[in-house]
Amino acid sequence: MAITADPLNLVICGVGGQGNILLSGIVGGAYLKKGYYVTIGETFGAAQRGGAVFSTVRVSKKREAGPLMPEGHANLILGLEPLETLRLLEKYGNPETVCISNTYPVIPASVSAAKESYPDIEPLKKAVTDMSAAAWFVDATSIALELNAPIAMNIVMVGALLGTGQLSLNVEDIKAELRDNLPPDRLELNFEALSRGIKAVS
Amino acid sequence: MPNIAKLAAGSCYLLQGNEAIARGALEAGVQYSAAYPGTPSTEILTNLAAVAKETGIHAEWSTNEKVAAEAALAATYAGLRAISSMKNAGLNVAMDTLQHINLATLGDQGGAMLVVVADDPQSHASGDEEDTRWVAQMANAPLLEPSSFQEAYEMTKYLFDLSEEFNIFCWLRDYTRLAHSRGRVQVGEYKKATKKPKYDTTKVFTPYIAPPKHAILVEKMAKIRERSEESPFNTYNGPEKPELLIICSGSGEPCSLDAIEELGLGSRVGMLKLGTLWPFPSRLVVSHIEKAKQVLIVEEVDPYVETHAKEAVAEARLADAPEILGKASGHMSYIGENNPDKVIAALCKVFGLEYAARDADYQKRINEVIKPMVASRGLIWCPGCPHRATFLSIGNAIKRDGRSAVVTSDIGCYTMDVFPDGPQVANTLHCMGGGVGEACGFGQLGDLGFDQPVIGICGDSTFFHGSIPALINAAYNKSNMTLILLDNAITAMTGFQPHAGSGRTATQEATPTVDAEALCRTLGCRVEVVDPFDTKATTAKLQELLKDDKGIKVLIVRRKCELLRMRQERKHPYKMWVDTEKCIGDKCGFCYRILRCPGIGYDKTTGKAKIQEALCVGCGLCADLCPSKAIVKEELA
Repeated sequence: MAITADPLNLVICGVGGQGNILLSGIVGGAYLKKGYYVTIGETFGAAQRGGAVFSTVRVSKKREAGPLMPEGHANLILGLEPLETLRLLEKYGNPETVCISNTYPVIPASVSAAKESYPDIEPLKKAVTDMSAAAWFVDATSIALELNAPIAMNIVMVGALLGTGQLSLNVEDIKAELRDNLPPDRLELNFEALSRGIKAVS
Repeated sequence: MPNIAKLAAGSCYLLQGNEAIARGALEAGVQYSAAYPGTPSTEILTNLAAVAKETGIHAEWSTNEKVAAEAALAATYAGLRAISSMKNAGLNVAMDTLQHINLATLGDQGGAMLVVVADDPQSHASGDEEDTRWVAQMANAPLLEPSSFQEAYEMTKYLFDLSEEFNIFCWLRDYTRLAHSRGRVQVGEYKKATKKPKYDTTKVFTPYIAPPKHAILVEKMAKIRERSEESPFNTYNGPEKPELLIICSGSGEPCSLDAIEELGLGSRVGMLKLGTLWPFPSRLVVSHIEKAKQVLIVEEVDPYVETHAKEAVAEARLADAPEILGKASGHMSYIGENNPDKVIAALCKVFGLEYAARDADYQKRINEVIKPMVASRGLIWCPGCPHRATFLSIGNAIKRDGRSAVVTSDIGCYTMDVFPDGPQVANTLHCMGGGVGEACGFGQLGDLGFDQPVIGICGDSTFFHGSIPALINAAYNKSNMTLILLDNAITAMTGFQPHAGSGRTATQEATPTVDAEALCRTLGCRVEVVDPFDTKATTAKLQELLKDDKGIKVLIVRRKCELLRMRQERKHPYKMWVDTEKCIGDKCGFCYRILRCPGIGYDKTTGKAKIQEALCVGCGLCADLCPSKAIVKEELA
């Protein structure tokens, strides 16, 4: 059943360049068309390139919420990178939070330089699962690589988000947003990415 | 990015703060726009430039913010409505012009001018948290600060009218959480503006002679103060006599709303949201303070409203004035941007409440399980970025030179050199053009006994923006220095804006290319050009230039920004893979530890380097540099 909180607080997180901003616009745009107040907060500018980035999408029937939500108040975290899912869960998670995360790591420079270590994926998944009401994991980057378009990973993740049924949005709502936001020659690929994402969690 | 000229009147759109401002400007009849890119202000001009042809307006990326402000002023003198947008640091560049304008007035052709200054609380993409609201006051410019996306749009339109009516430029304070967030905006009607510019040459507009003009300006500001007192941009919500009155501006409103809701304090706390910040609506503020038991000010970054509210209370000589809490009292922080949690903490302090964002057991498990797993992720150059190779060569050349060369760097993607995960080659780094200016100074200390070589660094857009006067000074005053000009063909950091050396304008028209190389030669510099991916040649050439102690040496390091190249060519040059037989893993670690390209990492299972397939752009740099020749680059057809 879809989450019913108002405001509905979504977090979309990942690494600069993974396509957070397109996703937050697509999800937010779909809610706007249904007559909701939608506020999207994000960190961007080239200054975030390769760094940790996240968007908040706040959806309400009552009022326009601010772009930042109080800590511990995410209803749903959509993670485009597993370490980032963990990072945002640390800040915005609560026992009711649901998580949908990509499992394909993007190794930070601090780890490459051997200053810090990247958690192993199984303990990471266990930690996310233990700290959420429900958690789904998708190897979305590998799916996108199979489609020969690593950039479409974010759309695979939106598919996964739809597939979990946690939001009151359907495939047509998202497809309409993709049509509004992407060049026509990219639609077929992205629709395929979307359905692969839906399938990955069903 | 929506087409801001094609939004339907009366409809609601999800607009970024900067898009809302650009749409407001279009509806207000703006015909001239000029800016230099700077986060978080960039998208105002980007959006106007994208519709410049269809709307018939002028939109340009100017060489710097001062030029942009002057160009906009000229259009205003010719009777048009003009906008100039900039980031906080850009304001400092433009200020010489802006400080004069309202003394001189905007002429007699009915023009109007809006300056939008985007502050960056928390320094997401800036060197500091400069709060520019004080500067609006210094320049005698009416200042509004929006709290919502709708307000950003409405205020933009209003300020153009106010500017025309009082014949002075007006000021909109933008800020990161507005500029780069998106929210619902209901737009009005847009009609193409077609006013023909002209100037009456019998008239003179100048701040000279200032004192009588200053007197007129002071009178105008007194009239605008009355508008502030009555402005619908200032609103109150809450009980008639609140236990606590929050006075807020900008992002203070949404953060306070969340905090009040979270703590269930709606019946005890009132909120006065101020949109007009200069002239300050003192009487309005005092009329609300009088009814409250306590007052809390929520704003970012400096105590601007706090200072003015305290002044207003002092002026009003209130008996039993309530205590005004805020930054000075320690309830709010001087540092960083607002968020709901900061206001929650302040309200808890005021009301003696306990608050936890989540239950204690969950928090305990977060601290024990999640926190230790979360590795940091700092900013780093993109895979394929020329700067990675350049800074490697600079570091190597300095080492081989052995005389502790001093490096003064500048603002651009190459700034990431000094960040925690960067190679940290530079020694000083301040502002646009500062790299050359400081190198010039170091390079003049030879007569006083300074014996270290000097390297200044700037990017191509930065060269045009603020480095040329410093380079002229270095030539004129006989500095001994080497300038490394990182020419990646674009203003990369702010999102690929063209510049004077790019050969095209903000509206994508072809234009003559200003040749930085020829310009440096004209100034008498010794100029050399290298490809940074040829690290051997770059290192050797730099070593040679450091030994040359005659005058100004310029090393142009030329290679296109990888993201720009990819946009244009749409394919990777090589397929990369690691030969695990040859790779010696941690015994070397050069590619992942030293080079630190996100496209190559360490594979725990093999103990060897591994290409990160989703990130590698196949530039081939790591293959060229691998000491064991273990990384293979295969040419792609």
